[in-house]
Amino acid sequence: MDEKNTKKMLSAAKKRWKDTTLQQTLTKNSERIKSFHNLSNKEITTLYTPDDIHKDDYLANQNFPGQFPFLRGIHPNLYRGRLWTMRQFAGFGSAEETNQRYKYLLDHGETGLSVAFDYPTLYGYDTDHPCARGEFGKCGVAVSSLKDMEILFSGIPVDTITTSMTINGPAAIIWAMYIANAEKQHISKKINGGTIQNDILKEYIAQKSYIFPPEPSMRLIVDTFEYGFKEIPRWNTISISGYHIREAGSTAIQELAFTLADGLEYVKAATARGLDIDAFAPRLSFFFNAHNDLFEEIAKYRAARRIWAQELKKMGAKKDRSLLMRFHTQTAGCSLSAQQPEINIVRVTIQALAAVLGGTQSLHTNSMDEALALPSEKAVRIALRTQQIIAEESGVTYTVDPLGGSYYVEWLTDMMEEETYRYFDRIERLGGVIPAIEKGFFQREIAESAYRYQKEIDNHERIIVGVNDYQLDETIGIPILKMDEKGEERQINRLKKLRKNRDNQKVRERLDQLRKAAEKDHNLMPFILACVKEYATLGETCQVLRDVFGEYQELAIY
Amino acid sequence: MGKIRVLVAKPGLDGHDRGAKIVARALRDAGMEVIYSGLHQTADQIITTAIQEDVHVIGLSLLSGAHMTLFVDVATLAKKHDLQNVLIIGGGIIPEDDIPALKKAGISAVFGPGTPVEKIVEYIETYVKR
Amino acid sequence: MKTVEQQILAGDQQAIARLITAVENNSPVAIDVMRSLHRHTGHAHIIGVTGVMGGGKSSLIYKLSSVMRKKGLKIGIIAIDPTSPFTGGALLGDRIRMGELSDDPDVFIRSMGTRGMLGGLSGAVYDVIEILDAAGKDVILIETVGVGQAEVDIVKVADTTIVLLVPGLGDSIQTIKAGLMEIADIFVVNKADKPGADQTVAELESFLDVYAPTVSQRKPVIVSTSVKENMGFEDLHEQIQLHYMFLQKNEKVVEKRKIRYEVVLVEIIRKRLMGLIYDQKRLTQTVDQLVSDVVQRKLDPYTAADTIFSSLIK
Repeated sequence: MDEKNTKKMLSAAKKRWKDTTLQQTLTKNSERIKSFHNLSNKEITTLYTPDDIHKDDYLANQNFPGQFPFLRGIHPNLYRGRLWTMRQFAGFGSAEETNQRYKYLLDHGETGLSVAFDYPTLYGYDTDHPCARGEFGKCGVAVSSLKDMEILFSGIPVDTITTSMTINGPAAIIWAMYIANAEKQHISKKINGGTIQNDILKEYIAQKSYIFPPEPSMRLIVDTFEYGFKEIPRWNTISISGYHIREAGSTAIQELAFTLADGLEYVKAATARGLDIDAFAPRLSFFFNAHNDLFEEIAKYRAARRIWAQELKKMGAKKDRSLLMRFHTQTAGCSLSAQQPEINIVRVTIQALAAVLGGTQSLHTNSMDEALALPSEKAVRIALRTQQIIAEESGVTYTVDPLGGSYYVEWLTDMMEEETYRYFDRIERLGGVIPAIEKGFFQREIAESAYRYQKEIDNHERIIVGVNDYQLDETIGIPILKMDEKGEERQINRLKKLRKNRDNQKVRERLDQLRKAAEKDHNLMPFILACVKEYATLGETCQVLRDVFGEYQELAIY
Repeated sequence: MGKIRVLVAKPGLDGHDRGAKIVARALRDAGMEVIYSGLHQTADQIITTAIQEDVHVIGLSLLSGAHMTLFVDVATLAKKHDLQNVLIIGGGIIPEDDIPALKKAGISAVFGPGTPVEKIVEYIETYVKR
Repeated sequence: MKTVEQQILAGDQQAIARLITAVENNSPVAIDVMRSLHRHTGHAHIIGVTGVMGGGKSSLIYKLSSVMRKKGLKIGIIAIDPTSPFTGGALLGDRIRMGELSDDPDVFIRSMGTRGMLGGLSGAVYDVIEILDAAGKDVILIETVGVGQAEVDIVKVADTTIVLLVPGLGDSIQTIKAGLMEIADIFVVNKADKPGADQTVAELESFLDVYAPTVSQRKPVIVSTSVKENMGFEDLHEQIQLHYMFLQKNEKVVEKRKIRYEVVLVEIIRKRLMGLIYDQKRLTQTVDQLVSDVVQRKLDPYTAADTIFSSLIK
């Protein structure tokens, strides 16, 4: 009663302030622009005060970190205990070259690995497939067989570091190679965890590195969930990703809503198989983007934690661990300019700060030259140093969720949550996530936002420093990474040799067993493992599944 | 005079189609007829489409770094089919150092990240051969 | 050096493509070529595919064409998308669905904008059909715009008209535009893997029981297909052939084509008249003046039209 009255009085006082104090200023000088809209196209007002916060029951809506609904964080003392994992996404050329880069990064204080694969690998093709033409090693490292995986991790202790692998369509196969390599090193039971991205829904929605249609893809993913919590319980069998949705042009709200909707879809698929939600939910992890609007990004992570905890509880999760939304963050590649590339260091700093203030569990900071080419060593080092400065010098790690209670951030958090639930309703009305994909709903929403953003820049309604204002006529002086030109040849020769020297009789048998298992509804992980251990290549193993499952065709959505 | 017809194509395996789609829409809004190829096109498919659709312009978009192979493939095949009147332009993550070689191969212009779309419209309207 | 006519007859892709552009742009040179091509036409079976947006028309055409290719048929595909009435631009994206057909030398695909035509077709579509027919295509598939409007013009163009429906779109057959229902020779219930497909087929059957066949005087058949399961396309092709055989046996082909060429004639006359009115400077000014007079109530539109006609006939 008292609180309500206070709020009413405050609202009245605020109106008076608007009509008098603020109005006087506005009469003298109009504001720089007519209205202020954030990146999600939501209007932001001059001032936020306690009466803007509607979810104001602290214990129910915010509570303490480590307690439901985990708005303020999943750990009670967050970075006071342990810093986030500094994990730089890297991979290019041959396994040999990338192996060297990993060792370089670990030497410079990186605490986890993150593997980028090249396009042929992402699509389940071997390096010598015709579709792989021109793509070898360009966007990541080529891994066509267990042999490449062995080289990639030679001298790297997979029992002490954790590895994240950005792989989706053929995730089960690549993961099987990682496990098989650890077995060869006699440390399979001691794998110190890691992550496979394994998030196919966002591929259909945004990133487009899909292979199979939705149904068999979902089956493969649930297979990995099941295998994971039984055999390698510390492994994150999925990283439900908003990053690519955002890079494809969505707003922060769309990123939040679509990613969580995908997450809930995986939970549904796994429980439909009969898996115990408390067995697999603790192994679900997330991956978000960090763009330039500092407060909006922070609010996004906070809202994500609360929505996830609420929804998992509704779906029957009992253990606290099942409710925790743990996430990795990468700064926004799409926000970087090719012009005056050095200024990207500043953008990345703001974005990284958002991720840390939002309570991320691990972080990749982009290198300044990524709008030009693959990052050079120096650029990668500066990106890593950015994280180290935030961690060691900025002081933002001293307390948990330092922006909690900011009227603006709390208002943003609540608003983004509301908008997310509005999207959930729309998706539900379309029949769920997969039907919505098949109707092109997400793709159209993202294309609209991307087009609007570009128009704003073209019309100078949004200023991007160095791009549409503050330009400089200069030649770009950043050293660009050159790859070993012999890499592709070496890789193709290795493949040829491998196909000749392995036990081809056994390879055929294993592939045949995989085919039969795929036609029925066995969990495919053991069969895939058996194939890769005999050095069946990625392309061969994937082809068996392509034959059984078919391939996905994109929709015509702009 | 008839409308300018443009083929916006994504060669290779790269799935980043944000830029290609934005450009396709912008060209449409500038009054052109835009044929969008979709993802994963081979050079053969791109050139056959360009011939059948009788386009004035082929716009290639690629962010995977494979442009030195794939853009050049398309330009070479265009020459083989006598499409010297077709303007071929490219966009994506393309290092400055690669541009001279691309131009030599037959890519008339390269547009990097941050290019305003009107600049592409203007370029086409200026250099299109009809 | 071959003439354009010879190149077209030989199936030269570049020549076909350029002639299509010329007819789309109403180029006078094209008209002469079109005159000489006509005697080489009449071979192709013209199939129209229409239906609601999101029904999967492009995918259906792709799958159907794959079946036809296996039987050795040469195919022309005309895919029509809307032109923006404001900018005159168009985004033509139907090729995305055409997969490996897009570089099959015996398949010619052309995307067209409506360029101001209503009714789901493009003004140049009649000429494009003639060109592809003369170029030796056995089958010409025409995909209409599909914006859910009554795209009934296709029936005047096609020998066989396929109307595509999907389960769960608009719930009931009753809500589909009546005109669309009456033009079908073959109904395809696509996405037959989806729930509700059986219901859609059942509703269609009862609809057909009460509706007497109109345009072709043959009771339409219903075919279920699924792109996802790659199912029903052989059956669809067979039904298309059966329909064509029915037309041929009963001399209905001639009837159908009379309808088409009447439309073609009207269209040619319309274009010429419009050309006469708008291409001459003197008359353009007259039109402008007359329109102003109508606005100011000095004249009524009928009298204004009389003035234009009398100056044309002079």
